[in-house]
Amino acid sequence: MTRRLPLAPVVYVLLLMTPVYWLITMSLKTNGEIMGRFTFIPQEPTISNFALLFSDSAWYIGYVNALIYVLINVLISVIVAVPAAYALSRYRFPGHRQLFFGFLMFRMMAPAILLVPFVQLASDLNIFDTHIAVAIAHCFFNVPLAIWILEGFISTVPRELDESASIDGFGFGRFFFRLLLPQIAPGIAVTAFFCFMFSWVEFLLANALTAVDAKPIGGVMTRAGGVLSANISMLSAASVIGLIPGIILIIFMRKHLARGFSMGRVV
Amino acid sequence: MISASNGHVALAFLAPALLVMLVSGIVPIGFVAFYAVHDTFAGNDFIFVGSQWFEQVLTSRQFYAALAKSMGFAALALAVQIPLGIYIAIRMPAAGTLASVLIVLMAIPLLTPTIVVGYLWKAMTLPKAGILFESLQGLGLTLDMNNPVIVWLVLLLMDAWHWTSLVVLLSYAALRAIPEDYYRAASIDGAGKWAVFRFVQLPKLRLVLLIAVLLRFMDSFMIYTETYVITRGGPGVSTTFLSHELVQTALIQFDLGEGGAISLIYFVFVAIVSWLFFQFIVPKEVRA
Repeated sequence: MTRRLPLAPVVYVLLLMTPVYWLITMSLKTNGEIMGRFTFIPQEPTISNFALLFSDSAWYIGYVNALIYVLINVLISVIVAVPAAYALSRYRFPGHRQLFFGFLMFRMMAPAILLVPFVQLASDLNIFDTHIAVAIAHCFFNVPLAIWILEGFISTVPRELDESASIDGFGFGRFFFRLLLPQIAPGIAVTAFFCFMFSWVEFLLANALTAVDAKPIGGVMTRAGGVLSANISMLSAASVIGLIPGIILIIFMRKHLARGFSMGRVV
Repeated sequence: MISASNGHVALAFLAPALLVMLVSGIVPIGFVAFYAVHDTFAGNDFIFVGSQWFEQVLTSRQFYAALAKSMGFAALALAVQIPLGIYIAIRMPAAGTLASVLIVLMAIPLLTPTIVVGYLWKAMTLPKAGILFESLQGLGLTLDMNNPVIVWLVLLLMDAWHWTSLVVLLSYAALRAIPEDYYRAASIDGAGKWAVFRFVQLPKLRLVLLIAVLLRFMDSFMIYTETYVITRGGPGVSTTFLSHELVQTALIQFDLGEGGAISLIYFVFVAIVSWLFFQFIVPKEVRA
């Protein structure tokens, strides 16, 4: 194999990063500078936007709220999906195929479809404007995805492991937590990553199901946004901070991003 | 193989997931179905109206126009992202620091909240401030956001920016799973680059590409937040996609019945596409 600079991927990544770089420069400029003249490097960089973001609770609470419902969602999705994926991987029962299909179908459903019922249900159950309401709503696409990924990972674990465990007199609980879970740990990490991703980026449901107490940053931005050109500097700073949880997660997941995938059915 | 008599054990494992799906999927769909066959004033009294809303939706020119736009957008998005994603994945270094750096960077758009994607790309098209507008200006071109063709190109570019990396990452992972021996065998047979792609890489990519196509198609088909922030459905109705139509009907006009009917039609559409996909992706050799 020839060793040379992989030009196409490098160019591709540079093109992807250009808007991100530009977003960061805008967050460090004043509105006046942004709307005045196009510059690649901020002429008078200021961190006043970030100072406001981190000192004004009306802003920073938006990130906290989003993180809370995303983490609740990831937790629910993984906890219910592991046993379900195990069942789908190891047992054959009437309706097995249909059930797998049913789960898959919900993953394909658009949030816009279920918007009104979710708002109605959340009000009926008195959980409107709570983190749990958003976390549960996001389950309809994340639980099927989690089952789908984990089923692939569990299917790569040889059935002999289950059998040898029972021969060795392991109880099921011991087998499940001591043998199976460590085997599929990368799968759980990949699953958590995907669930985090899809819940973190979703806006429509998260915004519609919240008012004040659980409003995610996207909702705060929309409310504060108004005319874009008048608030462009502040919104850019808010956007930059909005990228950070994702970036941290990617850096943690970088080894599994490629290797982890290839073990599960997602690949 | 564990037999059907162990079905109740399987059911016990499945119960928590089924319960969650009942609350977050099946009951809401039930609500939608209820809305779709009732008329209401302010959401209090519901009067059964049968198929009235379906007839209204299925004879509405607006609905078919929105459907066509969504289909077109999703098809064009796939036509760009799938080939580009595969190409980048094939050209990626197999391992090393550069590979990790590239992977980390290219995953950033995937974890960018949709609202931020919308703001970013809206800002990029602003005169004076926007990098896209100014770059094109530098080339002597004017980014006319009142021209539907230009707006569509911007939206497709935005969707490609946001999601192509998903195709790259999935393909890249599948490519890494191909044993080195396959390539050696191919080179002994004197296979060229195209033959290696066609007969070694593509077969290994088949499954992952089916998944990528399905995920990407469905998400682009019902794209809402990003496109709404950038265009509000305009200019005119040129980017009023099915999801905009739906949110407009159900939430802004509070027309629950019509919104419910659109939703149910979409649900059937999803069921058909998912079923077709399931026939492909769950072939015997995989499910055995």
